[in-house]
Amino acid sequence: MSDFPARADCVVIGAGIVGNCLAGHLSDLGWNDIVLLDKGPLPNPGGSTGHASNFIFPVDHSKEIVDLTVDSQRQYEALGLQNTCGGIEVARSPERMEEFRRRMTSATCWGIEARLLSVDEVIELVPFIDPDVILGGFYTPSVSAVDSLETGTQMRRRATEAGHLQTFANTEVLDIETVAGPNRPCISAVVTDRGRIECDTVAIACGVWSPKLAQMAGATIPLTPAVHQMVDVGPFDVLVETNQELAYPIVRDMDTFCYERQSAGSMEVGSYAHRPILHRVEDIPSNEEAALSPTEMPFTPDDFDEQLEQAIELMEFLGDGEIKYAINGLLSLTPDASPVLGPTPEVENLWSVAAVWVKEGPGVGRLMAEWMTYGYPRMTDPHGSDVTRFYPQDRNVIHIETRADEHFNKTYGIVHPREQWATRRNLTCGPAKARTDDLGAFYFEAGGWERPHWYESNADLVDRYGIEGRTHEWDARWWSPITDAEHLHLREHCGLVDISPFQVFEVSGPGVVPYIEKMVVNKCDLTVGRSIYTPVLTADGGFRSDLTIVRLSEDRFRIATGAFDGGRDEYWFRHNLPADGVHFENRTEALATYGVWGPNAIALLQTLTETDLSQEAFGYGQVRDALLSGIPVQMFRISYVGDAGFEIYCPTSAGLALWDAIAEAGREYSLRPVGAGVYGTTGRLEKGYRLMGAELESDYNPVEAGLARPRVKAADFIGKEAYLAAREAPLAAQLCVLRFESLRCAEGYDRFPMGAGNEPVLTPAGERIVDSHGRVSRVTTAGNAPSLGAYLAMAYLPPELAAAGTELSVMYQHEQYPVTAEATGANLALFDPDDSRMKA
Amino acid sequence: MRILVCVKRVPAVGSRINVTDDGQQVDTAHLGFTTSPHEECAVEEAAQIVERLDGDDHTVVVLTLGPEESTEQLRYAASVGGNEFALVMAEGGLDWDPQRTATAITAAVHEMESSGGEFDLILFGNESADGGNFQVGIRVAYALGRPIVNGIKGIDVTSSGIVARRETDAGYEVYELETPCALGVKEGINLPRYPTMKGRLASRKAQIAELDCAGGADAGGQARQRLHRPPERASTTVMLGDSAAAAPAVVDLLDELGVL
Repeated sequence: MSDFPARADCVVIGAGIVGNCLAGHLSDLGWNDIVLLDKGPLPNPGGSTGHASNFIFPVDHSKEIVDLTVDSQRQYEALGLQNTCGGIEVARSPERMEEFRRRMTSATCWGIEARLLSVDEVIELVPFIDPDVILGGFYTPSVSAVDSLETGTQMRRRATEAGHLQTFANTEVLDIETVAGPNRPCISAVVTDRGRIECDTVAIACGVWSPKLAQMAGATIPLTPAVHQMVDVGPFDVLVETNQELAYPIVRDMDTFCYERQSAGSMEVGSYAHRPILHRVEDIPSNEEAALSPTEMPFTPDDFDEQLEQAIELMEFLGDGEIKYAINGLLSLTPDASPVLGPTPEVENLWSVAAVWVKEGPGVGRLMAEWMTYGYPRMTDPHGSDVTRFYPQDRNVIHIETRADEHFNKTYGIVHPREQWATRRNLTCGPAKARTDDLGAFYFEAGGWERPHWYESNADLVDRYGIEGRTHEWDARWWSPITDAEHLHLREHCGLVDISPFQVFEVSGPGVVPYIEKMVVNKCDLTVGRSIYTPVLTADGGFRSDLTIVRLSEDRFRIATGAFDGGRDEYWFRHNLPADGVHFENRTEALATYGVWGPNAIALLQTLTETDLSQEAFGYGQVRDALLSGIPVQMFRISYVGDAGFEIYCPTSAGLALWDAIAEAGREYSLRPVGAGVYGTTGRLEKGYRLMGAELESDYNPVEAGLARPRVKAADFIGKEAYLAAREAPLAAQLCVLRFESLRCAEGYDRFPMGAGNEPVLTPAGERIVDSHGRVSRVTTAGNAPSLGAYLAMAYLPPELAAAGTELSVMYQHEQYPVTAEATGANLALFDPDDSRMKA
Repeated sequence: MRILVCVKRVPAVGSRINVTDDGQQVDTAHLGFTTSPHEECAVEEAAQIVERLDGDDHTVVVLTLGPEESTEQLRYAASVGGNEFALVMAEGGLDWDPQRTATAITAAVHEMESSGGEFDLILFGNESADGGNFQVGIRVAYALGRPIVNGIKGIDVTSSGIVARRETDAGYEVYELETPCALGVKEGINLPRYPTMKGRLASRKAQIAELDCAGGADAGGQARQRLHRPPERASTTVMLGDSAAAAPAVVDLLDELGVL
């Protein structure tokens, strides 16, 4: 084939909805030498796009997913390939009706029109639903069905007509070649059965086949092919006589995990209720071997019988329809059910664009094109979908399949914001696990680690401090009053916190100072033993991360980041390493970390060491090597909870001995173990400390978060230009702390907003608050402040509202609760605002 | 009227059929299974025949020979009009030679007729989709001493027996048979119905009789040596263009093919 290119700037592999849209958007952003490959024929190469039901329900609890979905709907609409038919989710259980109130909250937050329907109102819209089966509905008028194949075709055409894209169907990729790069292998070529293309960048948009393609380059894309069963049944007079593709709203029968979607005279019935059926990539047949298409696997009817019965319960006439088409359709499941997008950590310039539904396809195309062009997306913060969020231990097939197996049946499930995984637990544990087990630790998983969230051994403190429980089961789920009791105990005496899941890196070498200065906002070139808390920015000046950095020696810095952020941060630091002069090392597993805080903490620790721990000798923010009970440690005087004390780092091998030594010495000082519920929420919130992924997202900058220092360092750093501009620009939003004036719900008891990201801050009249950049005000964290006797929230507000005393409200479970803004700016601490306790 | 339909479980293949390494079987690792298409039509034909007859004293019995999984095909038959079902359990039976298969089925017919009465009509598919031996129906009919005609694309039940039509280049050959008799039907005789959702659910309750008559059937004279996959015919897709702009190229191609 003489016209087959020998070179391209970018090769996109996979011509489903995602690859096509990526090619289209790359072209729009100026990429002018793109090759799109698919092993199958066009327009339907045989991937999951080809058998998708193609409908879009825009309301979700996740901002990131909603941003992608709503943007996709706009794009489908602009192409004239969207049919807006409305959609109804119906409930069969009271729990689902309650979930609909949560969905109303999310819909309000994202500005998507929606309403709760009575049974009669459901029947009015879909007369053939049996009213005796349901309790009510959740209606979204903007639910739509789209033509994903034609959208892909038009995206390709757009890029082709611009002269930017060449497309080759029926072309199988045999290998993806890399060359050695300064730190990691780097993309060099794609080898196909029609020739070899040298290229700088490769994007894998191969849906269920993506892991296989990534493996060719030595990378991983953690997903598994999984079955979604679907049948097409009909014809039915009631549908035929409408003479329309979609005359009725699409129905999701949420409690049976099924949907019913009109398709002209027939109904498509699909399910996420059947047993999880996972396949290995190598078990997917080729286009030639498959009876239908590779991703339309043979239907296994026994798995679907219960769903047939339930569908007939809901819509009796379905029973007489003929099953004309039935498939085990393949789709992609990841370990945590979110997409896998972005740069792969293993190979430079290899991008993952996988595990994406049709409802997000065009939005993901735009997001990825921005990411590949600007270094980070502009349309939304993708941290929940970032492929680098997965740690190495999350990338093996057993983990992927086990977690996919666990969450498949939650596709339409009611998933609590704090819900914990049941499988793949106890794989990564701190050295004191045996002790924390004995103390009745209730563990949450934090980035794969088992982290005590509260301790049953502290149950006695609940009575002592008079902590009340929560009336509503939803509010009390994955929560314990022990957390509040532990908090008060720490404030009164002291607490020992296991923070070993901290992700710890060390960078060292002759080039380390310019390197680390380039990476972060605040100045790192300080004296040895000093620490720096600093934002890490995207090129556009939004938050990519926040970190604590300690200068261990002239040419060595330690970087500590959160348990959930280590994968993304490690990628970013490695990606930006210079060709030589800086060495990067992940020390997470080598170090155990404990925190000891509270009024007694310093005195307690002083009994174990000859190092003078007084504030005068060992000031706040300093790091020293010390012997603690004869164990060599590094002590870091810092606090995320608002009381005096230290983070203590020691070799993991000494971690158990250190725990025992502190616990033993702590008997005299009323030391109690304290869980991450205090560390991560109650203690933090009283001090107004920001959290990555909650307050800190790429949509916001340090000025808005109140984290801009008075002066900007001289050294250049990533995002500096945008940061300087933001410091000069009029403020569009400001992070605030809000106090709930009342938590009393209409039924007469207190409710407790979660701060899960979907709870909007509203005017007292119930209107959404949107800033001049189009960002909605919503609760980023919410929780108890036991020392203040208050319930607090954090949220960004436009400047005219960001002032102490502003009266607003927060929606939770579709009810409004009055709040008052209490603090804004740099210091958001309502507890001990001048930090006198921390610096005691 | 009492009709027996004999069906076979066969792999649902794509355009490329893989063979196991030992060359003895179709590699079904990626495949589902279905009822051999001629036989799916035979079940449909039997269902239509009894639907056309007066009274409700009619039965469609569906029989298969094969492994336990073959009950899938019997349940499918139950969802599209079969009334009674029997399985001749034979692990590996899907690959039996036609003589051995016919011997076991003949024994099964004898057993079913001794308890349930004679079958007026036994329907076979013209040939199975996988083996394609074209023998089993004829061998069974011969062993039972009943007439059989293959290649049938039309069946009428008359007061005196059965009228069956076979398609030829020139039109139809028409056969009149007295019952009991047997016919081998071909795809195209009807358009088989799809199961309804209710039909599928009801089929789960269908009683399937297991017949133990495979044991006495010895291997016949025809033995499989090895399966070969024919060389693939390479095909390429040439895009002639898009929308109306493609019309001239389409015309040129049709002209080249000599169809204009």
